[in-house]
Amino acid sequence: MNPLSWMLPPSASTFAGDIDRLYYLILIITGIAFVVVQVGLVWFLIKYRDRPGRTVHYTHGSVKAEVIWTAVPTVTVVIIGLLSGRVWNQIKGRESVPENALPISILAKQFEWHVTYPGPDGVTGGSDDFTIRNQLHVPVGRAVVMSMTAEDVIHAFNVPAFRLKQDVVPGMTIRAWFQATEPGTYELGCAELCGLGHYRMRAVVTVHAQDEYDQWMRTARQTTAQR
Amino acid sequence: MAHASHALDRDMMLPPAEAETGSGVYTEKLGMWIFLLSEVMFFTALIGSYLILRVSKPDGWAAPNQILNVPVTAVNTFILICSSVTMVKAYAAAADGNQAKLKLWLVATVLIGATFVGVQVFEYNQLIHHGLVPGGFVAGRELAEAAASGAAFKGGPALPTSGGLYGSTFYTMTGFHGFHVTMGVICMIFVTFKAFQGKYTATDHRGVEVIGLYWHFVDLVWIILFTIVYLI
Amino acid sequence: MTSLATPVESHVQAHPDNRSFIQKYIFSTDHKIIGIQFLLMSLLFLTVGGMLAMIIRWQLGYPNKPLPGGTVLPETMAPGGVILPEFYTSAVTMHGTIMVFFAIMPLLVGVFGNFLIPLKIGAPDMAFPRINMASFWVAVPAGILMIAGFFVEGGHASAGWTSYAPLSADPEYTGVTAGQRIWCVSLIVLGLSSILGSMNYITTVINMRAPGMTWFRLPLSIWALFITSILVLLAIPILSGAVIMLLFDDVLGTHFFLPAQGGQPLLWQHLFWFFGHPEVYILILPAMGFVSDILSNGARKPIFGYHSMVYALIAIGFLGWIVWGHHMFQSGMNPTLGTSFMISTMLIAVPSAIKVFNWLGTLWGGKIRFHVPMMHALAFVSMFVIGGLSGVFMASTPVDIYIHDTYFIVAHLHYVLFGGSLFAIFGAVTFWYPKMFGRMMNPTLGKIHFVLTFVFYNLVFFPMHQLGLQGHMRRIYDPTIYDFLKPLGGLNRFITISAFLLFASQLLFAYNFIVSWFRGKKAPANPWEDTGLEWTTPSPPPHGNWPATPHVHQPPYEFNSPHVKESDFLPQTQSLDAIPGRSSAGAAH
Repeated sequence: MNPLSWMLPPSASTFAGDIDRLYYLILIITGIAFVVVQVGLVWFLIKYRDRPGRTVHYTHGSVKAEVIWTAVPTVTVVIIGLLSGRVWNQIKGRESVPENALPISILAKQFEWHVTYPGPDGVTGGSDDFTIRNQLHVPVGRAVVMSMTAEDVIHAFNVPAFRLKQDVVPGMTIRAWFQATEPGTYELGCAELCGLGHYRMRAVVTVHAQDEYDQWMRTARQTTAQR
Repeated sequence: MAHASHALDRDMMLPPAEAETGSGVYTEKLGMWIFLLSEVMFFTALIGSYLILRVSKPDGWAAPNQILNVPVTAVNTFILICSSVTMVKAYAAAADGNQAKLKLWLVATVLIGATFVGVQVFEYNQLIHHGLVPGGFVAGRELAEAAASGAAFKGGPALPTSGGLYGSTFYTMTGFHGFHVTMGVICMIFVTFKAFQGKYTATDHRGVEVIGLYWHFVDLVWIILFTIVYLI
Repeated sequence: MTSLATPVESHVQAHPDNRSFIQKYIFSTDHKIIGIQFLLMSLLFLTVGGMLAMIIRWQLGYPNKPLPGGTVLPETMAPGGVILPEFYTSAVTMHGTIMVFFAIMPLLVGVFGNFLIPLKIGAPDMAFPRINMASFWVAVPAGILMIAGFFVEGGHASAGWTSYAPLSADPEYTGVTAGQRIWCVSLIVLGLSSILGSMNYITTVINMRAPGMTWFRLPLSIWALFITSILVLLAIPILSGAVIMLLFDDVLGTHFFLPAQGGQPLLWQHLFWFFGHPEVYILILPAMGFVSDILSNGARKPIFGYHSMVYALIAIGFLGWIVWGHHMFQSGMNPTLGTSFMISTMLIAVPSAIKVFNWLGTLWGGKIRFHVPMMHALAFVSMFVIGGLSGVFMASTPVDIYIHDTYFIVAHLHYVLFGGSLFAIFGAVTFWYPKMFGRMMNPTLGKIHFVLTFVFYNLVFFPMHQLGLQGHMRRIYDPTIYDFLKPLGGLNRFITISAFLLFASQLLFAYNFIVSWFRGKKAPANPWEDTGLEWTTPSPPPHGNWPATPHVHQPPYEFNSPHVKESDFLPQTQSLDAIPGRSSAGAAH
């Protein structure tokens, strides 16, 4: 992937596409504005530079121009805002968590991620849950909802490939959800300065095909039961 | 009409400058009003935080009379209001050119203001004795024991288990108010000295009016604090 | 070019000046001297902030390699020259803290607020000269304290310039004790300096404008400084309150931001950003004002849309209070709140866009002179557009999910603060240097400095957009921990090399600044042929600025006015009735 590109890296979640599309829309709009203004600026500097015989076009302004360059940016940002608001509600809205999402608990602490999986009862918070450090395993094509809290300071759950980022705050339990679309391994990092070890607060997210996930879950539960 | 000869701050080396119509009040008064706006924002940060914390965790608070001495503080509030009255009388005397009354009422304001601070210090002593500090209830003392027991206390429900938020907000808000009153008393002493030197006349008593503005502001903040901390 | 008004070249003063050296230059109550004092202090801190940036860039460009010459640093910071995570994190924190509070803010407000306001409104000094002096001398201990933090055990504050709680509220979380407390106390003290200063500026502008200097004849630099001062007056006390509460959580055992007994970490963020967002407008508005003055001067044309420009400044100042939540979109606050902040944030783009178009309108049809201040002002416009447009991405809450806490944000903030504010500062310093010191800065050196700075600056910060889009997080000591960041090592190295060259280029400015003070060409009263009141008095002006109160007859920016054929600029103090060799009855409006 060319590091100088304006293109976003590949993604692997259901709502990533919506976010990426919004990004590209804004890129195009701001790109046009950028070109128009910068080219206009350079053109004016060349055309209106001080040369013998140049006369200045003395004016204090133009109400018509003010109206145009107030209205156009306003309409533009309002449109971007409306489109953004819709996507935002779908991802972070309190009602946005899909039904039957797989529940997982996340505890962030200096400097690791504790992932608690539900036991056979299918819900977190029971004595049959088990916890693994720095490994998040999820099945592909299934929504996962995480209840997240921190033990000490503010951290941020960040999986760039899923376009998911959520601050994790001590004293609060915050829910965030995603649905992975591609099996594979992805990286989870902390995105809120949390102390000296912030830079190495890394975990691995493994997205399994459904049967692989079931296999992994069985093994993990057995291992826990044996302890 | 705005004029620029400021006896307190003007560089006497320079001629007074004429000016375009500004606020319509003399510069020192405008300056104090503007400074007071910054003070409003400061107390807004403290009081706003208190309100947010209290609304978010109602069980973290006690009824005022369970911990604080409301009757004594009510009298102290009255005392502070009296000092605003004496301040007004001092200003009126200055405007009249009545030097004797000006000195009298300024001294009264200083004494009453100092009394307010003194009573507040006494109150703090009492609270610490009963075991309330900025961090909350002190283990082993009366309030901590009462909270731990979970029993009804002084005619109200059980105290909050830790009292941490209570102590934090109480001391910070009233403490900074007390600090502002103390600064006011110090400035008031300075103004009183100048009054005794005969520096204020009927046509120029700007210092009296300006300290008066600050004093009334500090009084107003207290009325708000008293209401939301001691009455609610 | 002939000029109309005869500038007062002689040192006419009403009384002999018997003040001692200490009264004149150390504990001076003269706004011009105080402005220069702030200038020297701020430039020093700008240098320190820049050096901290070099530490950051070294580690990111050459992770875990010894810094050349780094062995001078103590073992607690960089054993064998290899930067420790502790030192890196505090370098990141202190770079931001020093640049925001001790460099840019005092450069814009302390320097030019002080120096320009009385001169450009026709006043002999500030409303309260002794409080003005106090404002500087309170800032000095704040600065000394902030520097002292580097030398205490445990190192300096390391919780970011934003100092989020609980990280910053309990030494157990950072390992830093005294440093964080020093950070808090220093900012509280500096806050007092800022509040006193802003009170002075506001009072002066309201009550001490010379006769004829109506509100809508004020130059935009003064409008900008006036509105900025209102923002300072109202926002800094919020920071003071927040920092006091943070310090109390640390040392007094209070629980404002610590969750164990009901405190709220998010409360810190709301308080900080309620201050913090007006703060960033404090860091740009004066720069916009200077750019307006300089662009109009360089284009030899009135500013396009003066009234709109004033209303846009007011709109930015007002809207700036209701956008703070856009720093907290991903914080865990109610998502609906996020949407409302997104709306206000999108709207605040509009007055900034209006200003950009009006600057272009000012250039249109002009007769542009490319003096050094003009180059910097033009760079401001160009770079601010980039910074402003990048802001649209983060204003969109879903896109912000991805770019929050990445280098995309770092790119944005540096485009507005360096590409914007700092270029404006370079331009303003060059423009008003003759009035301050009575000498011109060397224009050739100035142009070379400008070109090198402009090129290297863009090479450093433009690729940061790309870093952020690839997901590169902020404030991380070693990006190579993450596989997805490993391919960005080359880009980080490129940025680092450009940054070192950028820093080195500033030596030209430093040299020019220092040497011109003693050997620069002596400056006439009005070297830039400008219309402002400050140019009607000698360079530098005497104590008291004018022998008699000036009278204002013209609006600002009257370049190439059709009323005047004798000259291409019409000073604000020039009455059309009094033009030498003329007897017309031209009315001033």
